[in-house]
Amino acid sequence: MFEILLGAISLGLLWAIMTIGVYITYRILDIADLTVEGSIAMGAAIAAFSIFNGMNPFIATCLAFVGGMLAGLVTGILHTKLKIPALLAGILTMIALYSVNLRIMGKANLSLLRIDTVFTPLENLGLSPTNAVMLFGFISVMAIVGLLYWFFGTEIGCAIRATGNNPQMARAQGINTNNMIILGLVISNGLVALSGSLIAQSQSFADIQMGIGSIVIGLASVIIGEVIFGTRNFFNCLISLVLGAITYRIIIALVLKMGMPANDLKLFTAITVAIALSLPVFKSYLRPIKKSMNGGDL
Amino acid sequence: MLIINEIEKKFNAGTVNEKVALRNFSLSLAEGDFVTVIGGNGAGKSTFLNCVAGVFGVDKGSILIDGQDVTKLPEHKRSAVIGRVFQDPMMGTAGNMGIEENLALAYRRGKTRSLSWGISNKEREIYKEYLSHLDLGLENRLHAKVGLLSGGQRQALTLLMATLKKPKLLLLDEHTAALDPKTADKVLKLSDRFVHEGNLTTLMVTHNMRHAIEHGNRLIMMHEGHVILDISGEEKQSLTVEDLLKRFGQVSGEEFANDRALLS
Repeated sequence: MFEILLGAISLGLLWAIMTIGVYITYRILDIADLTVEGSIAMGAAIAAFSIFNGMNPFIATCLAFVGGMLAGLVTGILHTKLKIPALLAGILTMIALYSVNLRIMGKANLSLLRIDTVFTPLENLGLSPTNAVMLFGFISVMAIVGLLYWFFGTEIGCAIRATGNNPQMARAQGINTNNMIILGLVISNGLVALSGSLIAQSQSFADIQMGIGSIVIGLASVIIGEVIFGTRNFFNCLISLVLGAITYRIIIALVLKMGMPANDLKLFTAITVAIALSLPVFKSYLRPIKKSMNGGDL
Repeated sequence: MLIINEIEKKFNAGTVNEKVALRNFSLSLAEGDFVTVIGGNGAGKSTFLNCVAGVFGVDKGSILIDGQDVTKLPEHKRSAVIGRVFQDPMMGTAGNMGIEENLALAYRRGKTRSLSWGISNKEREIYKEYLSHLDLGLENRLHAKVGLLSGGQRQALTLLMATLKKPKLLLLDEHTAALDPKTADKVLKLSDRFVHEGNLTTLMVTHNMRHAIEHGNRLIMMHEGHVILDISGEEKQSLTVEDLLKRFGQVSGEEFANDRALLS
Protein backbone atom coordinates (compact mmCIF):
# COMPACT_ATOMS: atom_id res chain seq x y z
CA MET A 1 0.00 0.00 0.00
CA PHE A 2 2.76 2.38 1.01
CA GLU A 3 4.58 1.45 -2.18
CA ILE A 4 1.54 2.36 -4.25
CA LEU A 5 1.27 5.70 -2.49
CA LEU A 6 4.93 6.53 -3.11
CA GLY A 7 4.59 5.54 -6.75
CA ALA A 8 1.51 7.77 -7.08
CA ILE A 9 3.30 10.72 -5.50
CA SER A 10 6.37 10.40 -7.72
CA LEU A 11 4.26 10.08 -10.86
CA GLY A 12 2.06 12.94 -9.62
CA LEU A 13 5.09 15.23 -9.38
CA LEU A 14 5.93 14.58 -13.03
CA TRP A 15 2.32 15.14 -14.09
CA ALA A 16 2.29 18.32 -11.99
CA ILE A 17 4.56 19.96 -14.57
CA MET A 18 1.98 19.15 -17.23
CA THR A 19 -0.81 20.40 -14.96
CA ILE A 20 0.95 23.74 -14.59
CA GLY A 21 1.14 23.93 -18.37
CA VAL A 22 -2.60 23.25 -18.69
CA TYR A 23 -3.29 25.86 -16.01
CA ILE A 24 -1.42 28.52 -18.02
CA THR A 25 -3.70 28.08 -21.02
CA TYR A 26 -6.94 27.06 -19.30
CA ARG A 27 -6.97 29.54 -16.43
CA ILE A 28 -4.53 32.33 -17.29
CA LEU A 29 -5.17 32.60 -21.04
CA ASP A 30 -8.75 31.30 -20.80
CA ILE A 31 -8.20 28.90 -23.72
CA ALA A 32 -8.88 25.16 -23.72
CA ASP A 33 -5.73 24.10 -25.55
CA LEU A 34 -5.89 20.57 -26.94
CA THR A 35 -2.34 20.78 -28.28
CA VAL A 36 -1.22 19.25 -25.00
CA GLU A 37 -2.47 15.82 -26.11
CA GLY A 38 0.12 15.93 -28.88
CA SER A 39 2.86 17.85 -27.13
CA ILE A 40 3.04 15.50 -24.14
CA ALA A 41 3.61 12.55 -26.49
CA MET A 42 5.99 14.72 -28.51
CA GLY A 43 8.10 15.40 -25.43
CA ALA A 44 8.19 11.68 -24.73
CA ALA A 45 9.04 10.86 -28.35
CA ILE A 46 11.86 13.40 -28.63
CA ALA A 47 13.43 12.41 -25.32
CA ALA A 48 13.09 8.66 -25.95
CA PHE A 49 14.47 8.79 -29.47
CA SER A 50 17.40 11.05 -28.52
CA ILE A 51 18.33 9.05 -25.45
CA PHE A 52 17.93 5.77 -27.33
CA ASN A 53 20.41 7.08 -29.87
CA GLY A 54 22.97 7.94 -27.23
CA MET A 55 22.26 11.58 -26.43
CA ASN A 56 22.83 12.86 -22.91
CA PRO A 57 19.41 12.50 -21.19
CA PHE A 58 19.53 16.06 -19.80
CA ILE A 59 20.11 17.54 -23.25
CA ALA A 60 17.41 15.25 -24.65
CA THR A 61 14.99 16.53 -22.01
CA CYS A 62 15.82 20.15 -22.92
CA LEU A 63 15.24 19.25 -26.56
CA ALA A 64 11.81 17.87 -25.64
CA PHE A 65 11.02 21.19 -23.94
CA VAL A 66 11.97 23.10 -27.10
CA GLY A 67 9.87 20.71 -29.22
CA GLY A 68 6.83 21.40 -27.06
CA MET A 69 7.39 25.13 -27.37
CA LEU A 70 7.38 24.78 -31.17
CA ALA A 71 4.09 22.89 -31.00
CA GLY A 72 2.65 25.73 -28.91
CA LEU A 73 3.99 28.23 -31.42
CA VAL A 74 2.15 26.47 -34.25
CA THR A 75 -1.16 26.51 -32.36
CA GLY A 76 -0.56 30.14 -31.42
CA ILE A 77 0.01 31.20 -35.00
CA LEU A 78 -2.99 29.20 -36.24
CA HIS A 79 -5.16 30.86 -33.61
CA THR A 80 -3.95 34.47 -33.64
CA LYS A 81 -2.57 35.13 -37.11
CA LEU A 82 -4.81 32.80 -39.09
CA LYS A 83 -7.85 33.44 -36.85
CA ILE A 84 -8.76 29.78 -36.35
CA PRO A 85 -10.78 29.29 -33.14
CA ALA A 86 -8.49 28.22 -30.29
CA LEU A 87 -10.14 24.85 -29.76
CA LEU A 88 -9.86 23.92 -33.44
CA ALA A 89 -6.31 25.27 -33.71
CA GLY A 90 -5.32 23.01 -30.82
CA ILE A 91 -7.02 20.00 -32.40
CA LEU A 92 -5.25 20.61 -35.72
CA THR A 93 -1.83 20.74 -34.07
CA MET A 94 -2.66 17.72 -31.94
CA ILE A 95 -3.59 15.61 -34.97
CA ALA A 96 -0.57 16.83 -36.92
CA LEU A 97 1.67 15.95 -33.99
CA TYR A 98 0.45 12.35 -34.08
CA SER A 99 2.19 11.93 -37.44
CA VAL A 100 5.14 14.04 -36.37
CA ASN A 101 5.63 11.90 -33.28
CA LEU A 102 5.53 8.71 -35.35
CA ARG A 103 8.16 10.26 -37.61
CA ILE A 104 10.33 11.15 -34.64
CA MET A 105 10.23 7.68 -33.08
CA GLY A 106 10.03 5.76 -36.34
CA LYS A 107 7.51 3.39 -34.73
CA ALA A 108 4.62 3.44 -32.27
CA ASN A 109 6.67 2.85 -29.14
CA LEU A 110 10.24 2.91 -27.97
CA SER A 111 11.71 1.15 -24.95
CA LEU A 112 14.35 2.75 -22.73
CA LEU A 113 15.00 -0.31 -20.57
CA ARG A 114 18.55 -0.45 -19.20
CA ILE A 115 19.39 2.91 -20.77
CA ASP A 116 20.55 5.82 -18.64
CA THR A 117 17.93 8.53 -18.05
CA VAL A 118 17.90 11.77 -16.05
CA PHE A 119 17.02 9.66 -13.03
CA THR A 120 20.07 7.39 -13.30
CA PRO A 121 22.54 9.71 -11.50
CA LEU A 122 20.23 9.77 -8.46
CA GLU A 123 19.78 6.00 -8.59
CA ASN A 124 23.57 5.66 -8.67
CA LEU A 125 23.64 7.55 -5.37
CA GLY A 126 21.69 4.66 -3.90
CA LEU A 127 18.10 5.86 -4.25
CA SER A 128 15.42 3.42 -5.33
CA PRO A 129 13.93 4.19 -8.79
CA THR A 130 10.73 5.53 -7.19
CA ASN A 131 12.64 7.75 -4.77
CA ALA A 132 14.89 8.99 -7.55
CA VAL A 133 11.86 10.04 -9.58
CA MET A 134 10.34 11.63 -6.51
CA LEU A 135 13.43 13.67 -5.66
CA PHE A 136 14.06 14.72 -9.24
CA GLY A 137 10.37 15.53 -9.74
CA PHE A 138 10.24 17.55 -6.54
CA ILE A 139 13.28 19.64 -7.44
CA SER A 140 12.04 20.28 -11.00
CA VAL A 141 8.54 21.17 -9.86
CA MET A 142 9.83 23.60 -7.23
CA ALA A 143 12.16 25.22 -9.75
CA ILE A 144 9.32 25.61 -12.24
CA VAL A 145 6.93 26.97 -9.61
CA GLY A 146 9.57 29.52 -8.57
CA LEU A 147 10.31 30.55 -12.14
CA LEU A 148 6.65 30.94 -13.07
CA TYR A 149 5.89 32.83 -9.88
CA TRP A 150 8.59 35.30 -10.85
CA PHE A 151 7.62 35.37 -14.52
CA PHE A 152 3.93 36.14 -14.01
CA GLY A 153 4.92 39.01 -11.74
CA THR A 154 6.98 40.68 -14.45
CA GLU A 155 5.66 43.24 -16.92
CA ILE A 156 5.35 40.62 -19.66
CA GLY A 157 3.78 38.10 -17.29
CA CYS A 158 1.22 40.68 -16.14
CA ALA A 159 0.49 41.46 -19.79
CA ILE A 160 -0.26 37.76 -20.44
CA ARG A 161 -2.58 37.63 -17.44
CA ALA A 162 -4.39 40.79 -18.57
CA THR A 163 -4.73 39.33 -22.07
CA GLY A 164 -6.42 36.20 -20.72
CA ASN A 165 -8.63 38.15 -18.35
CA ASN A 166 -9.79 40.96 -20.67
CA PRO A 167 -8.22 41.16 -24.13
CA GLN A 168 -10.07 44.37 -24.97
CA MET A 169 -8.65 46.13 -21.95
CA ALA A 170 -5.21 44.69 -22.67
CA ARG A 171 -5.20 46.16 -26.17
CA ALA A 172 -6.41 49.50 -24.83
CA GLN A 173 -3.37 49.44 -22.54
CA GLY A 174 -1.06 48.91 -25.50
CA ILE A 175 -0.58 45.15 -25.10
CA ASN A 176 -0.12 43.08 -28.26
CA THR A 177 -2.63 40.42 -27.26
CA ASN A 178 -1.76 38.12 -30.18
CA ASN A 179 1.87 37.90 -29.12
CA MET A 180 0.89 37.32 -25.50
CA ILE A 181 -1.41 34.43 -26.46
CA ILE A 182 1.37 32.89 -28.55
CA LEU A 183 3.89 33.31 -25.73
CA GLY A 184 1.50 31.71 -23.25
CA LEU A 185 0.89 28.73 -25.55
CA VAL A 186 4.63 28.34 -26.14
CA ILE A 187 5.46 28.24 -22.42
CA SER A 188 2.52 25.98 -21.66
CA ASN A 189 3.33 23.38 -24.31
CA GLY A 190 7.02 23.51 -23.47
CA LEU A 191 6.16 22.49 -19.91
CA VAL A 192 3.76 19.79 -21.12
CA ALA A 193 6.43 18.29 -23.37
CA LEU A 194 8.97 18.46 -20.56
CA SER A 195 6.51 16.57 -18.40
CA GLY A 196 6.01 14.00 -21.17
CA SER A 197 9.73 13.46 -21.54
CA LEU A 198 10.15 12.87 -17.79
CA ILE A 199 7.16 10.53 -17.67
CA ALA A 200 8.59 8.48 -20.55
CA GLN A 201 11.97 8.26 -18.83
CA SER A 202 10.45 7.25 -15.50
CA GLN A 203 8.40 4.44 -17.07
CA SER A 204 11.24 3.54 -19.46
CA PHE A 205 9.20 3.74 -22.63
CA ALA A 206 7.53 6.24 -24.92
CA ASP A 207 4.25 5.43 -26.60
CA ILE A 208 2.47 7.26 -29.40
CA GLN A 209 -0.83 6.83 -27.50
CA MET A 210 0.33 8.27 -24.21
CA GLY A 211 -1.17 11.70 -24.87
CA ILE A 212 -4.75 10.50 -25.26
CA GLY A 213 -6.92 11.97 -22.54
CA SER A 214 -4.07 13.96 -21.05
CA ILE A 215 -5.98 17.26 -21.34
CA VAL A 216 -8.73 15.75 -19.19
CA ILE A 217 -6.19 14.51 -16.65
CA GLY A 218 -4.66 17.99 -16.61
CA LEU A 219 -8.04 19.66 -16.10
CA ALA A 220 -8.98 17.17 -13.40
CA SER A 221 -5.73 17.93 -11.58
CA VAL A 222 -6.27 21.70 -11.91
CA ILE A 223 -9.81 21.49 -10.56
CA ILE A 224 -8.98 19.06 -7.74
CA GLY A 225 -6.08 21.30 -6.71
CA GLU A 226 -8.13 24.47 -6.75
CA VAL A 227 -11.08 23.01 -4.90
CA ILE A 228 -9.12 21.21 -2.18
CA PHE A 229 -6.05 23.38 -1.73
CA GLY A 230 -7.38 26.85 -2.54
CA THR A 231 -6.59 29.79 -4.80
CA ARG A 232 -5.84 32.59 -2.33
CA ASN A 233 -2.98 34.03 -4.37
CA PHE A 234 -0.88 33.03 -7.35
CA PHE A 235 1.73 31.18 -5.31
CA ASN A 236 -1.01 29.29 -3.51
CA CYS A 237 -2.53 28.45 -6.92
CA LEU A 238 0.74 26.98 -8.20
CA ILE A 239 1.20 24.84 -5.10
CA SER A 240 -2.45 23.74 -5.35
CA LEU A 241 -1.80 22.56 -8.91
CA VAL A 242 1.09 20.40 -7.79
CA LEU A 243 -0.90 18.95 -4.90
CA GLY A 244 -3.88 18.51 -7.24
CA ALA A 245 -1.82 16.47 -9.69
CA ILE A 246 -0.51 14.29 -6.87
CA THR A 247 -4.00 13.88 -5.39
CA TYR A 248 -5.34 12.82 -8.78
CA ARG A 249 -2.63 10.13 -9.06
CA ILE A 250 -3.38 8.92 -5.54
CA ILE A 251 -7.12 8.72 -6.28
CA ILE A 252 -6.41 6.74 -9.46
CA ALA A 253 -4.03 4.42 -7.63
CA LEU A 254 -6.65 3.83 -4.93
CA VAL A 255 -9.56 3.12 -7.28
CA LEU A 256 -7.35 0.73 -9.24
CA LYS A 257 -6.32 -0.93 -6.00
CA MET A 258 -9.98 -1.24 -5.07
CA GLY A 259 -10.49 -3.28 -8.22
CA MET A 260 -11.68 -0.87 -10.92
CA PRO A 261 -10.61 -2.24 -14.34
CA ALA A 262 -7.84 -0.08 -15.80
CA ASN A 263 -9.80 0.18 -19.05
CA ASP A 264 -12.49 2.22 -17.27
CA LEU A 265 -9.98 4.83 -16.07
CA LYS A 266 -10.65 7.37 -18.81
CA LEU A 267 -14.41 7.11 -18.30
CA PHE A 268 -13.90 7.63 -14.58
CA THR A 269 -11.69 10.67 -15.16
CA ALA A 270 -14.07 12.20 -17.71
CA ILE A 271 -17.03 11.83 -15.36
CA THR A 272 -15.04 13.36 -12.50
CA VAL A 273 -14.12 16.39 -14.60
CA ALA A 274 -17.66 16.75 -15.99
CA ILE A 275 -19.06 16.82 -12.46
CA ALA A 276 -16.42 19.26 -11.24
CA LEU A 277 -16.99 21.61 -14.19
CA SER A 278 -20.76 21.55 -13.75
CA LEU A 279 -20.66 22.29 -10.03
CA PRO A 280 -21.66 25.95 -10.54
CA VAL A 281 -24.84 24.80 -12.32
CA PHE A 282 -25.73 22.38 -9.54
CA LYS A 283 -25.07 25.08 -6.98
CA SER A 284 -27.48 27.44 -8.71
CA TYR A 285 -30.13 24.70 -8.61
CA LEU A 286 -29.45 24.05 -4.97
CA ARG A 287 -29.63 27.72 -3.95
CA PRO A 288 -33.44 28.08 -4.25
CA ILE A 289 -33.90 24.80 -2.38
CA LYS A 290 -31.62 25.98 0.41
CA LYS A 291 -33.36 29.31 0.40
CA SER A 292 -36.79 27.79 0.85
CA MET A 293 -35.47 25.52 3.57
CA ASN A 294 -34.09 28.50 5.42
CA GLY A 295 -37.42 30.30 5.21
CA GLY A 296 -36.37 32.51 2.33
CA ASP A 297 -33.48 34.07 4.16
CA LEU A 298 -29.97 33.33 2.97
CA MET B 1 -4.32 67.21 -32.56
CA LEU B 2 -6.75 64.86 -34.28
CA ILE B 3 -7.45 65.11 -37.98
CA ILE B 4 -9.94 62.78 -39.61
CA ASN B 5 -9.91 62.93 -43.35
CA GLU B 6 -12.99 61.70 -45.23
CA ILE B 7 -13.08 58.27 -43.68
CA GLU B 8 -15.61 55.69 -44.74
CA LYS B 9 -16.59 52.50 -42.93
CA LYS B 10 -18.90 49.83 -44.31
CA PHE B 11 -20.02 46.71 -42.51
CA ASN B 12 -20.85 43.52 -44.42
CA ALA B 13 -19.67 45.17 -47.63
CA GLY B 14 -20.95 43.49 -50.78
CA THR B 15 -23.81 41.63 -49.08
CA VAL B 16 -27.50 42.42 -48.74
CA ASN B 17 -26.79 43.47 -45.17
CA GLU B 18 -24.33 46.12 -46.23
CA LYS B 19 -24.44 49.06 -43.87
CA VAL B 20 -22.50 52.24 -44.35
CA ALA B 21 -21.70 53.31 -40.79
CA LEU B 22 -19.51 56.28 -41.68
CA ARG B 23 -19.49 58.13 -44.99
CA ASN B 24 -17.20 60.97 -45.94
CA PHE B 25 -16.61 61.66 -42.30
CA SER B 26 -14.19 64.48 -41.60
CA LEU B 27 -13.40 66.18 -38.33
CA SER B 28 -10.53 68.11 -36.92
CA LEU B 29 -9.82 68.69 -33.23
CA ALA B 30 -7.49 71.36 -31.83
CA GLU B 31 -5.30 70.61 -28.86
CA GLY B 32 -7.31 70.76 -25.66
CA ASP B 33 -10.67 70.49 -27.40
CA PHE B 34 -13.31 68.67 -25.37
CA VAL B 35 -15.87 67.56 -27.93
CA THR B 36 -19.14 65.87 -27.05
CA VAL B 37 -20.64 63.63 -29.71
CA ILE B 38 -24.37 63.02 -29.82
CA GLY B 39 -26.68 61.24 -32.20
CA GLY B 40 -29.48 58.67 -32.44
CA ASN B 41 -29.03 54.92 -32.49
CA GLY B 42 -27.06 53.82 -35.52
CA ALA B 43 -25.77 57.32 -36.24
CA GLY B 44 -22.22 55.94 -36.24
CA LYS B 45 -20.95 57.45 -32.97
CA SER B 46 -19.38 54.30 -31.61
CA THR B 47 -18.10 53.24 -35.04
CA PHE B 48 -16.39 56.60 -35.30
CA LEU B 49 -14.70 56.21 -31.90
CA ASN B 50 -13.69 52.62 -32.67
CA CYS B 51 -12.15 53.72 -35.96
CA VAL B 52 -10.09 56.33 -34.13
CA ALA B 53 -9.04 53.78 -31.49
CA GLY B 54 -8.14 51.24 -34.18
CA VAL B 55 -10.57 48.52 -33.08
CA PHE B 56 -11.17 48.10 -36.80
CA GLY B 57 -9.67 49.70 -39.87
CA VAL B 58 -11.38 52.17 -42.19
CA ASP B 59 -12.24 51.49 -45.83
CA LYS B 60 -11.21 54.94 -47.05
CA GLY B 61 -9.62 58.10 -45.72
CA SER B 62 -6.99 58.73 -43.10
CA ILE B 63 -6.65 59.46 -39.41
CA LEU B 64 -3.85 61.62 -38.00
CA ILE B 65 -3.04 62.05 -34.33
CA ASP B 66 -0.63 64.86 -33.53
CA GLY B 67 0.68 64.81 -37.09
CA GLN B 68 1.26 61.05 -37.13
CA ASP B 69 -0.72 58.98 -39.61
CA VAL B 70 -2.21 56.15 -37.56
CA THR B 71 -4.65 54.84 -40.20
CA LYS B 72 -2.76 51.57 -40.59
CA LEU B 73 -1.56 51.18 -37.01
CA PRO B 74 -3.07 48.27 -35.03
CA GLU B 75 -5.13 48.99 -31.95
CA HIS B 76 -2.46 48.17 -29.37
CA LYS B 77 0.06 50.51 -31.00
CA ARG B 78 -2.40 53.39 -31.15
CA SER B 79 -3.09 52.86 -27.48
CA ALA B 80 0.31 54.41 -26.77
CA VAL B 81 -1.26 57.83 -27.33
CA ILE B 82 -4.96 57.11 -26.70
CA GLY B 83 -6.74 56.68 -23.37
CA ARG B 84 -10.13 54.97 -23.47
CA VAL B 85 -13.13 54.44 -21.23
CA PHE B 86 -15.86 52.11 -22.46
CA GLN B 87 -19.61 51.95 -21.99
CA ASP B 88 -19.43 48.63 -20.17
CA PRO B 89 -17.71 49.08 -16.79
CA MET B 90 -16.40 45.49 -17.07
CA MET B 91 -14.57 46.28 -20.27
CA GLY B 92 -11.97 48.79 -19.17
CA THR B 93 -10.37 46.81 -16.36
CA ALA B 94 -9.13 43.27 -15.71
CA GLY B 95 -11.53 41.95 -13.06
CA ASN B 96 -9.33 39.07 -11.89
CA MET B 97 -6.40 41.37 -11.23
CA GLY B 98 -5.82 43.75 -8.34
CA ILE B 99 -6.40 47.50 -8.41
CA GLU B 100 -2.67 48.19 -8.32
CA GLU B 101 -2.00 45.61 -11.04
CA ASN B 102 -4.53 47.28 -13.31
CA LEU B 103 -2.95 50.66 -12.67
CA ALA B 104 0.50 49.19 -13.31
CA LEU B 105 -0.68 47.88 -16.68
CA ALA B 106 -1.95 51.34 -17.57
CA TYR B 107 1.24 52.97 -16.27
CA ARG B 108 3.18 50.97 -18.89
CA ARG B 109 0.94 51.93 -21.79
CA GLY B 110 3.10 52.81 -24.78
CA LYS B 111 6.23 51.36 -23.24
CA THR B 112 7.92 48.11 -24.31
CA ARG B 113 7.22 45.57 -21.60
CA SER B 114 10.22 43.73 -20.21
CA LEU B 115 11.05 41.11 -17.60
CA SER B 116 11.41 43.67 -14.82
CA TRP B 117 8.83 43.56 -12.04
CA GLY B 118 5.31 44.33 -13.17
CA ILE B 119 4.89 46.80 -10.31
CA SER B 120 7.36 48.59 -8.04
CA ASN B 121 7.00 49.93 -4.52
CA LYS B 122 7.64 53.45 -5.74
CA GLU B 123 4.65 53.17 -8.07
CA ARG B 124 2.42 51.97 -5.26
CA GLU B 125 2.88 55.32 -3.50
CA ILE B 126 1.98 57.17 -6.70
CA TYR B 127 -1.13 55.02 -7.16
CA LYS B 128 -2.22 55.59 -3.57
CA GLU B 129 -1.91 59.30 -4.11
CA TYR B 130 -3.95 59.24 -7.33
CA LEU B 131 -6.57 56.90 -5.91
CA SER B 132 -7.11 59.12 -2.89
CA HIS B 133 -8.09 61.92 -5.30
CA LEU B 134 -10.96 59.74 -6.55
CA ASP B 135 -12.50 59.93 -3.08
CA LEU B 136 -13.76 56.35 -3.22
CA GLY B 137 -11.56 54.88 -0.49
CA LEU B 138 -9.75 52.72 -3.06
CA GLU B 139 -6.33 53.89 -1.86
CA ASN B 140 -6.55 51.43 1.02
CA ARG B 141 -7.57 48.52 -1.19
CA LEU B 142 -4.63 48.37 -3.59
CA HIS B 143 -4.60 44.57 -3.55
CA ALA B 144 -8.37 44.10 -3.91
CA LYS B 145 -9.52 42.43 -7.11
CA VAL B 146 -11.18 44.92 -9.45
CA GLY B 147 -14.01 42.42 -9.95
CA LEU B 148 -15.16 43.25 -6.42
CA LEU B 149 -15.73 46.92 -7.22
CA SER B 150 -19.05 48.49 -8.22
CA GLY B 151 -19.69 49.69 -11.78
CA GLY B 152 -19.09 53.30 -10.78
CA GLN B 153 -15.86 52.49 -9.00
CA ARG B 154 -14.66 50.53 -12.01
CA GLN B 155 -15.44 53.41 -14.37
CA ALA B 156 -13.62 55.85 -12.08
CA LEU B 157 -10.64 53.50 -12.01
CA THR B 158 -10.75 53.08 -15.81
CA LEU B 159 -10.80 56.85 -16.13
CA LEU B 160 -7.75 57.11 -13.89
CA MET B 161 -6.03 54.37 -15.94
CA ALA B 162 -6.84 56.15 -19.20
CA THR B 163 -5.21 59.35 -17.98
CA LEU B 164 -2.41 57.93 -15.81
CA LYS B 165 0.00 58.26 -18.72
CA LYS B 166 -1.14 61.52 -20.25
CA PRO B 167 -2.77 60.50 -23.56
CA LYS B 168 -2.76 62.72 -26.62
CA LEU B 169 -6.39 61.79 -27.06
CA LEU B 170 -9.01 60.65 -24.56
CA LEU B 171 -11.97 58.65 -25.88
CA LEU B 172 -15.04 58.31 -23.67
CA ASP B 173 -17.59 55.99 -25.28
CA GLU B 174 -20.91 56.48 -23.46
CA HIS B 175 -18.94 55.80 -20.33
CA THR B 176 -21.77 56.73 -17.96
CA ALA B 177 -24.61 55.02 -19.84
CA ALA B 178 -24.52 51.88 -17.71
CA LEU B 179 -24.48 53.73 -14.39
CA ASP B 180 -27.31 55.00 -12.22
CA PRO B 181 -27.90 58.79 -12.55
CA LYS B 182 -26.13 59.71 -9.30
CA THR B 183 -23.04 57.64 -10.06
CA ALA B 184 -23.10 58.86 -13.65
CA ASP B 185 -22.93 62.45 -12.44
CA LYS B 186 -20.00 61.61 -10.18
CA VAL B 187 -18.08 59.93 -12.98
CA LEU B 188 -18.85 62.83 -15.31
CA LYS B 189 -17.57 65.35 -12.77
CA LEU B 190 -14.44 63.26 -12.43
CA SER B 191 -14.05 63.15 -16.23
CA ASP B 192 -14.37 66.94 -16.37
CA ARG B 193 -11.70 67.30 -13.71
CA PHE B 194 -9.23 64.94 -15.38
CA VAL B 195 -9.76 66.60 -18.76
CA HIS B 196 -9.23 70.10 -17.40
CA GLU B 197 -6.31 69.24 -15.14
CA GLY B 198 -4.49 67.50 -17.95
CA ASN B 199 -5.76 69.82 -20.70
CA LEU B 200 -6.65 66.63 -22.59
CA THR B 201 -8.02 66.56 -26.11
CA THR B 202 -11.20 64.58 -25.57
CA LEU B 203 -14.02 62.97 -27.52
CA MET B 204 -17.02 62.04 -25.39
CA VAL B 205 -19.86 60.09 -26.97
CA THR B 206 -23.11 60.37 -25.10
CA HIS B 207 -26.78 59.77 -25.75
CA ASN B 208 -27.71 62.31 -23.13
CA MET B 209 -28.36 65.73 -24.66
CA ARG B 210 -28.06 67.51 -21.34
CA HIS B 211 -24.63 65.97 -20.73
CA ALA B 212 -23.56 66.84 -24.25
CA ILE B 213 -24.54 70.46 -23.70
CA GLU B 214 -23.14 70.85 -20.18
CA HIS B 215 -19.74 69.36 -20.87
CA GLY B 216 -16.99 70.28 -23.27
CA ASN B 217 -16.33 73.29 -25.45
CA ARG B 218 -17.73 71.88 -28.65
CA LEU B 219 -20.64 69.64 -29.62
CA ILE B 220 -21.10 67.61 -32.76
CA MET B 221 -24.22 65.76 -33.72
CA MET B 222 -24.04 62.74 -35.98
CA HIS B 223 -26.71 61.36 -38.24
CA GLU B 224 -26.42 58.49 -40.72
CA GLY B 225 -22.68 58.38 -40.62
CA HIS B 226 -21.70 62.01 -40.82
CA VAL B 227 -21.63 65.24 -38.85
CA ILE B 228 -24.80 67.29 -39.25
CA LEU B 229 -24.20 69.84 -36.52
CA ASP B 230 -20.98 71.31 -35.17
CA ILE B 231 -21.49 73.87 -32.44
CA SER B 232 -18.75 75.50 -30.40
CA GLY B 233 -17.79 78.64 -28.52
CA GLU B 234 -20.49 80.95 -27.18
CA GLU B 235 -23.18 79.32 -29.23
CA LYS B 236 -22.52 76.08 -27.37
CA GLN B 237 -22.58 77.89 -24.01
CA SER B 238 -26.14 79.13 -24.55
CA LEU B 239 -27.45 75.92 -26.13
CA THR B 240 -30.54 74.20 -24.69
CA VAL B 241 -32.02 70.77 -25.33
CA GLU B 242 -34.96 72.39 -27.18
CA ASP B 243 -32.55 74.29 -29.45
CA LEU B 244 -30.72 71.12 -30.20
CA LEU B 245 -33.90 69.22 -31.09
CA LYS B 246 -35.07 72.03 -33.34
CA ARG B 247 -31.70 72.26 -35.06
CA PHE B 248 -31.70 68.52 -35.55
CA GLY B 249 -35.10 68.67 -37.22
CA GLN B 250 -33.99 71.46 -39.54
CA VAL B 251 -30.81 69.78 -40.63
CA SER B 252 -31.94 66.20 -40.97
CA GLY B 253 -35.58 66.73 -41.90
CA GLU B 254 -36.57 64.13 -39.30
CA GLU B 255 -37.75 64.04 -35.73
CA PHE B 256 -35.09 63.11 -33.25
CA ALA B 257 -36.16 59.59 -32.46
CA ASN B 258 -34.30 58.47 -29.41
CA ASP B 259 -36.27 58.19 -26.21
CA ARG B 260 -33.17 57.64 -24.17
CA ALA B 261 -31.77 60.99 -25.24
CA LEU B 262 -35.03 62.86 -24.67
CA LEU B 263 -36.03 61.39 -21.34
CA SER B 264 -32.75 61.78 -19.57
